[in-house]
Amino acid sequence: MAAVAVTASPLDLQALIEDISRTSTADGAIASFVGLVREENQGRRVSYLEYEAYEPLAVRALQLIIDEARETWSDTRIGVHHRIGRLELGEASIIIVATSPHRAHAFAACRYTIERVKQIVPIWKHEHFEGGDVWLEGATANPDDEAAREAARRIACA
Amino acid sequence: MRVTVRLFARLRDLAGSGELVRDVANPATVETVWRSLVDEMPDLRAYERTMSVAVNADYAKMSAKVHEGDEVAFLPPVSGG
Repeated sequence: MAAVAVTASPLDLQALIEDISRTSTADGAIASFVGLVREENQGRRVSYLEYEAYEPLAVRALQLIIDEARETWSDTRIGVHHRIGRLELGEASIIIVATSPHRAHAFAACRYTIERVKQIVPIWKHEHFEGGDVWLEGATANPDDEAAREAARRIACA
Repeated sequence: MRVTVRLFARLRDLAGSGELVRDVANPATVETVWRSLVDEMPDLRAYERTMSVAVNADYAKMSAKVHEGDEVAFLPPVSGG
């Protein structure tokens, strides 16, 4: 299993944990994050989400984020899988696993990764809700925006 | 010269297609490709200030040179996670 993936298949957290942690016995901590499809967004009753990606660039951006995280927390190993296509309420849209000898680095690398995903990975949510649909638009993706990167690092260390 | 244009999310909806093939004069930049697209589909202009661009699946600037056969992508603000 690749550390980085953009896939239409359901995500498997346990498999990713085993894959990321199996190569080392030096780790003392694994932090994980699972993003879910929520029933409410900005006052709308969500029916389901459709995720679209520019896949080759999304994979590159995810790998870049892992490389960035390891510049700051060099003893971590990180895996991140993002799902695309139609997702029902309660399904996982993203899973992130970060391992480290120490919990502080595992938590920080995990948090940094999700914050950066929301900043620079070319994936979009098409929200279908009761009464309509809307493309959600968040950040203008710019991997060279140092202020955004610093903001993600600050949140990760908060 | 011929380039492939990729559009995503609402930009794709506005254009009615996620993949277009267009001829542009050589030499060209990403900006040249964008201008010709906006001439054709003025609704796209709303994204000019907020979109990102990529050439051959790598983030690029509007001033980046474009070559025959390149894939030029225009990306609305992202909302993954």
